[in-house]
Amino acid sequence: MFDYNFHWRPVMKSLPDLLEAGLLTLQVATLSMIVGIIIGLALALIRLHLRGPLHWFASAWIELARNTPALFQLFFFGFGLGAFGLHLSPFTIVLAGLSFNCAGYLAENFRGGFQSVPDTQLRAARSLGMSAWQAYTRIIIPQVFRIVYHPLTNQLVWAVLMSSLGMLVGFRELSGETQFFASRTFRIFEYFAVTAIIYYVIVKVILGASRLLAWRLFRY
Amino acid sequence: MQQSISFFSGFGINDLWFLGEAALRTLWISAVSISAGTVLGILFGWILYEAKFLGAVTLAPVLDIFRSVPLIIQLVLFYNFAPIIGLDFGPFGSGIVVLTIYTASLVANVARGGIEAVGKPMRRAARSLGLSYWQDMRHVVLPIGGRAVFPSWVGVALGVMKDSALVSVLGYVELLKASQILITRTQEPFLILAIAGAFYFALSYPISRYAAQLEKRWAQ
Repeated sequence: MFDYNFHWRPVMKSLPDLLEAGLLTLQVATLSMIVGIIIGLALALIRLHLRGPLHWFASAWIELARNTPALFQLFFFGFGLGAFGLHLSPFTIVLAGLSFNCAGYLAENFRGGFQSVPDTQLRAARSLGMSAWQAYTRIIIPQVFRIVYHPLTNQLVWAVLMSSLGMLVGFRELSGETQFFASRTFRIFEYFAVTAIIYYVIVKVILGASRLLAWRLFRY
Repeated sequence: MQQSISFFSGFGINDLWFLGEAALRTLWISAVSISAGTVLGILFGWILYEAKFLGAVTLAPVLDIFRSVPLIIQLVLFYNFAPIIGLDFGPFGSGIVVLTIYTASLVANVARGGIEAVGKPMRRAARSLGLSYWQDMRHVVLPIGGRAVFPSWVGVALGVMKDSALVSVLGYVELLKASQILITRTQEPFLILAIAGAFYFALSYPISRYAAQLEKRWAQ
């Protein structure tokens, strides 16, 4: 029954490459989070304060990002845009797909955050002589940040996990690299087991770091 | 005049049928794994709640692994691991097993949250009115706690429905895989992806809206 011989040596040999690919995964996830936060913030504010076409655009983005599979979104940026003669590199596909997805999910988090700060606070800040910019950056944003901090960390973890879909569009991040090595040596199980461990460590490091950061940030 | 032979042919009515069948397969695999995963998840959630210390040191870390490793890696790992120990599930079976455990790991937290949402005094009151432990669970905790976490359960279920697209890596022809096959043949990525995306959206959007409305109504 159990006549399979595990061969770990090829995996150990390519471990440095895998770790490097892990860094690429982390990079693309972080980049897409940064883009996602900026766009998500804009979408949330548009959806809260504006009417008309821009509002519809923001709503459409948010609902599309949240109600279709991430893999579909990647395929869309991969093949779908090819219909218009736009061929992106695998890195751009993954970055664009993840940013699109993160922006949609984060926009809803931000919207919840903004709604939980009462309107009266903004008016009070304004009547104390603060400009709108000051009121936002000194009164509203710090409170919202505290509320969305936890969802933000979760979203970063999701971004790391989702970046593994890059494997299916030919991007050589951690999963893609693993598949490349695995299909060359036919040690599929061993390679993917090691990759699973690397992902687990990455996720735990992110969560640990965010907890440390939260402890430092929200002491008061 | 000789007609030129083309390997590509346009998108026809038969292809729509093919997509429809694939969509049914998506629905089927998600329905089975969501129901099985929910039952298992509720059981896990109950264990986590009742066996506080024991659950936290044994079950919780195991469930945590399934939430910290990308689903796609879990699928590939299980699909290649099962034959090693002499089991052969095939793509569909492997997909069901992995999606079920994945769902269970997510539902476990939801279920525990639901049990915790019912106040201790209320449960003591139920017990002192003569309800047995299981009666208390069935007639007090289930209606009240279930209501509290129903929206988040819907979120989990919809997430799994969307993530079922990843089973395509094992060669199971669900909706997204079918559209990929059609794209290769017809070279009409935009149209086909739009159809596939519309299906997911049409399924996910109304349900998530309904859950959001329920949440709002129950919060009053």
